[in-house]
Amino acid sequence: MISPKTADRIATAIFSVIAAFFVVLLLGLLGYIFYRGLPVIDYHFLTSPSKTMEAGGGVGIQLFNTVYVLVLSLFITVPLGVGGGIYLAEFARRGPFTELVRLAVEVLASLPSIVVGLFGFLVFVYYTGWKFTLLGGALALAIFNLPLIVRVTEDALRAISRDQREASLALGVTHWHTVVHVLLPSAVPGILTGIILASGRAFGEAAALMFTAGMTTLPLDFSNWDIFSPSSPLSPMRPGEVLSVHIWKLNAESLVPDRLRISDGASALLVLVVLLYNVFARWLGRAFYRRLTASE
Amino acid sequence: MSDGRRKSASRRRVDLFRELQGKLGFLYLAASVALVLLVAGAVYFFIFYQGILPFTRYRLSLGEFLSTTWSPLGSPPQYGALAFLYGSAVVTLGAALLATPLSLGAAIFVAEIAPRWGGRVLTPVLEILVGIPSVVYGYIGMRLLVPFVRDHFGGIGFSLFAGILVLTVMILPTVTSVAVDALRAVPMEMKHGSYALGATRWQTISRLSIRAALPGLLTAVIFGMARAFGEALAVQMVIGNAPRFPESLLDPGATITSIITMSMGFAAEGTLEYYVLWTLAVILLLMSALSIFVVRLLGRRGVYA
Repeated sequence: MISPKTADRIATAIFSVIAAFFVVLLLGLLGYIFYRGLPVIDYHFLTSPSKTMEAGGGVGIQLFNTVYVLVLSLFITVPLGVGGGIYLAEFARRGPFTELVRLAVEVLASLPSIVVGLFGFLVFVYYTGWKFTLLGGALALAIFNLPLIVRVTEDALRAISRDQREASLALGVTHWHTVVHVLLPSAVPGILTGIILASGRAFGEAAALMFTAGMTTLPLDFSNWDIFSPSSPLSPMRPGEVLSVHIWKLNAESLVPDRLRISDGASALLVLVVLLYNVFARWLGRAFYRRLTASE
Repeated sequence: MSDGRRKSASRRRVDLFRELQGKLGFLYLAASVALVLLVAGAVYFFIFYQGILPFTRYRLSLGEFLSTTWSPLGSPPQYGALAFLYGSAVVTLGAALLATPLSLGAAIFVAEIAPRWGGRVLTPVLEILVGIPSVVYGYIGMRLLVPFVRDHFGGIGFSLFAGILVLTVMILPTVTSVAVDALRAVPMEMKHGSYALGATRWQTISRLSIRAALPGLLTAVIFGMARAFGEALAVQMVIGNAPRFPESLLDPGATITSIITMSMGFAAEGTLEYYVLWTLAVILLLMSALSIFVVRLLGRRGVYA
């Protein structure tokens, strides 16, 4: 029988080793991804279109699609999600209806991404007759982001002190004006940071996008700004393969001879984009916080 | 007098305008909420609607669906999905078994052993691990884990076991961060009481913190399992995609998500194979609903991120 003190020391050692394992795991993963991938990334890789049969393709269009489909989806989700969040934080009464709304948010947040992909395929690709489009992909992504934005908005509004709400109401300001002119401005830094952090997950999303935005890209003409022309990068009605789907397709069914090299580069690029986006979100949140609240 | 009336008239206009603004604003909020409800309802409705067609329109029996042979192109075609259900169950349980002790250990380290700097170091580590896209996990699994399994355990490398390993890494951060929250929620007074009685830290952790936080820790494991069960591409890239019933963990296999990923693009719309894939999606939905239900039973509000 070991003494309690020895047991305590052994336990502490084990937990420390496990914690160290997490750090090593992360450094190992990042090290591997960047060691393999960073040398591949150059100007040509970032700007040229992918190839279907021969070596030497880039991921320029996929990179553009990745960002563009997220932007499109934010146009849909931000107004709706913020609206839902304001409702839950400020206007929802206790009762079965509010419970149902919360359940719906939870259900949406826990949908497996492939299920969202199938739903999107059925509704946005097949029923609408659009075929594979960036708009369909953006709508599928919206299903993911909507519950996150609702949640973030609700939390940010709830974090504001009661005093502000009550002071405004006591001055005779209506509830709606209190929300718009008193509560929302102080909640903006929190909402904004939350939206950006939540939406960053969309960069890596593949299963929901492969069946909605598709696994192909058309040749694009980056001088064409007519959003109704299918060769315009801005057209939402064209198929748009994103980076993560491209990595999957290269390894699942591609004939490109340098698919491993391109996958290495695209993986590193994708992780780099996610990391930079997160750093940017935090920086922006802090900057907004300082500017809007006059505190450090 | 007339001056006062004019004032009150313009005052009334402003009030009316404000009221209208408030009403319109509330309408916008109500519309957003209605859309959230509509989308959640529509996902369940359409997937169930498509998923029951094999049994209603094509008269597939539950016995045939739960048999072990999957060969939609054979003659006669067979649609036994048991191998996929088994594969999903095995990789999910396997990943939970491997990830739970590691995640608990890391969570205890953060919450109990080094609350200050442990959190400061491990929180960003967990955030970055969550942020790495699942395709990248799958790709690294293919490049590193599959050869590793082949060389050190045998088989061709693409296997249920490789799937378990990839999923373990993927759910580690999810399980850990929920577990940290659960442990932190244990009141400080209780821990101080334990220390005041002369208990060591390990005695306090093992007999007090873990027990007090048990519902939260179980919630953490459920979240991890839900993520593992629904994960598609990372698993599909390493599991080997053999629609046979795997005899060992080192055999290639398939899961519900991997067969959907593989076949959805090829199965012709309107065939029985196509609709059976939707039936499999119904099972994914049911498991996700079950996880929500259990988490609610465990008495904790859902963590979305």
